[in-house]
Amino acid sequence: MSTQPAPEALTVTAERRVVAAAEGVAPEKDWIIVTRGITRQYEMGGEIVRALRGVDLAVRRNEYVAIMGPSGSGKSTLMNLIGCLDTPSSGEYWLNGKQVSTMTDDALAHVRNKEIGFVFQTFNLLPRASALQNVELPLVYAGVSSGERKKRASQALERVQLAERMLHKPNELSGGQRQRVAIARALVNEPSILLADEPTGNLDSQTSEEIMRVFESLSEQGQTVIMVTHEPDIAAHARRVVVLRDGVIASDDSGEAFRSRMGQGH
Amino acid sequence: MPLFEAVLLALQTIRTQKLKSFFTMLGVCIGVTFLIAVVSIVEGMSQYMENDLVGKLIAVNTFEVRSRPNFTPGNTSEETWREYQRRPRIMEQDIAPIVAALPAEALWAPMSSDGNIAATTLTGRPKAVQAYNTTRTYFEIKKMGVTSGRVFSPQEDATGSLVVVIGKDVKDHFFENVDPIGRELRLGNLPYTVIGVAESQGSAFGQSFDKFIVAPFSSPLRRLTNRQRGVVDAVMVKSPTEAIMNASMADVGEVMRSVRKLRPGQKDNFVLETSSSALSFFAKIKQYMLLAGVVLPAIGLIVGAIVIMNIMLVAVAERTREIGVRKSLGARRRDIMAQFLVESTTLSIFGAGIGVALGAALAKIIAAVSPLPASVALWSVIVAVLVGAGVGIIAGVYPASRASRLDPVVALRSE
Ligand SMILES: Nc1ncnc2c1ncn2[C@@H]1O[C@H](COP(=O)(O)OP(=O)(O)OP(=O)(O)O)[C@@H](O)[C@H]1O
Ligand SMILES: [Mg+2]
Repeated sequence: MSTQPAPEALTVTAERRVVAAAEGVAPEKDWIIVTRGITRQYEMGGEIVRALRGVDLAVRRNEYVAIMGPSGSGKSTLMNLIGCLDTPSSGEYWLNGKQVSTMTDDALAHVRNKEIGFVFQTFNLLPRASALQNVELPLVYAGVSSGERKKRASQALERVQLAERMLHKPNELSGGQRQRVAIARALVNEPSILLADEPTGNLDSQTSEEIMRVFESLSEQGQTVIMVTHEPDIAAHARRVVVLRDGVIASDDSGEAFRSRMGQGH
Repeated sequence: MPLFEAVLLALQTIRTQKLKSFFTMLGVCIGVTFLIAVVSIVEGMSQYMENDLVGKLIAVNTFEVRSRPNFTPGNTSEETWREYQRRPRIMEQDIAPIVAALPAEALWAPMSSDGNIAATTLTGRPKAVQAYNTTRTYFEIKKMGVTSGRVFSPQEDATGSLVVVIGKDVKDHFFENVDPIGRELRLGNLPYTVIGVAESQGSAFGQSFDKFIVAPFSSPLRRLTNRQRGVVDAVMVKSPTEAIMNASMADVGEVMRSVRKLRPGQKDNFVLETSSSALSFFAKIKQYMLLAGVVLPAIGLIVGAIVIMNIMLVAVAERTREIGVRKSLGARRRDIMAQFLVESTTLSIFGAGIGVALGAALAKIIAAVSPLPASVALWSVIVAVLVGAGVGIIAGVYPASRASRLDPVVALRSE
């Protein structure tokens, strides 16, 4: 487990550490996500559950990050914070140069709408709406006119090869197709980051591969992607792997380093 | 999200859950149905009273000098009745001073009447008619024309000839397939010659206004319409304008007080009855009916509001995940709030709209099968739709605000 990291990886890691440590300072534009000591705790019947216990994470534009870790290590909690669905109990969170940890509810809604595309394990499509209507939703809340919305939503569906299924309801689509609709919906408003919490958790391995290729190609097109996964195979697609354990980052490696470590672990 | 989009969304939701939506709006629908039906009937009756009935019984800008009111509210006390009975009657010799007080352009006619005079012909069955003794000016005041024949000539008026103008029902009864003009109608055992048939005066509440005959004021029929000699039931006075009528009423009131030798402070022992004073008793009835017409539907609407509120709370619970999804995609609190408020309001307005249609239909059906008239008032439709919107908003506020305050993470995790 104590493999020496590649020298250039060390400098990248050091750089991330510096950015994450500069408390109260707005990070440079290139750092799209910077969390500084964020914690999140829940009260459960008088007991305090510390889901996150101080996470320093810095992600550059166009990075493809996989987040791994055992069940209950705080992956979803971290994703919800990054996705502005939740706010940290303490610590700083800078998204795209703006500190979101102090934002109001409505401001967070605006950030979710403009900056973030979220893909869920359970797809979370509205069952009564067609694929097209589902993809239109973020544009509805962005105040885009109906005609423009249809145009952009169908373009997003084309990007995930679902042009012919636009008018189908979710229950008329396969799991993989549903997840592609969800990806189209996440992308339609051209968000700064694409977040995915176990996007292949409900899919068979072949379909998972298919969905992973979609993420990979998006990443190649310059999309910043952060993805939670349990599968080391899937994490191997990423160029960076962050491992959480008990609410803190246990390791933060390049994909290759992770792969080689996994290889040694066997 | 713009309002228009929210309405579309609400309509879509309602469309996909037709049966549930129907039951949701049922309370409001029933409330509004009754509101519209009751208001339509009350409105129809009052329009009828104002435009037709009273206008026909007492013509426009006309007052009648009477010893006691012809139209009395249903709640007139025993004591008032006794006081009415004690009053002196209007006498023939009162006519001259009354007329002397009138401007030249006023039309006037004395009138005696009895509602139960037997008319007969030598061959026909006898029939009870409303009989009037009056002058030819009566026809002018009432704007009552004839469909055949003519009204009295001044000579017939002056001499009290044995001639009559008959109403349509009387014509139909005695002279169904023959021309009545010139034929004989017996009243109080005297033969009267029919000289005219009056235009139909219509009917109200199943009562026809065409069962009448009119004879000259001083014709012998007078002994039947007023058994006491010299008594007149009323002096009718028609003025060209309302202002002149009001001035004349003041003058005639003074004349009558001096004729009757009333001291200042003593109450009038006669009345000057106008169509509006006749209507005042109806106005009271209308108030009670409108009150019932508002209170009963109000109960329906309150029940309707509670139903909508409950269904919306269930909808919020059922759609918690949808709310989470919408929030995760950028919906603000007010977007979620608007979505559910618009949905409950749309449902409620729908219910109100259906209620308006059903209520109007109900009113028309009632009008068709009963003598009650009905008229759907525009104001009641507007009120119904506003009430519908109000009920929807009030019933929706609490569920909508609950929905809007849901935590997105919690909402997304719900089943
Ligand atoms: N709303 C909550 N209330 C109380 N405790 C919570 C809540 N959400 C998460 N937790 C706790 O926080 C910890 C981290 O949960 P989280 O869902 O982030 O784990 P995870 O890494 O995503 O796990 P998994 O791989 O099973 O999805 C867990 O111990 C969990 O029980
Ligand atoms: Mg999780």
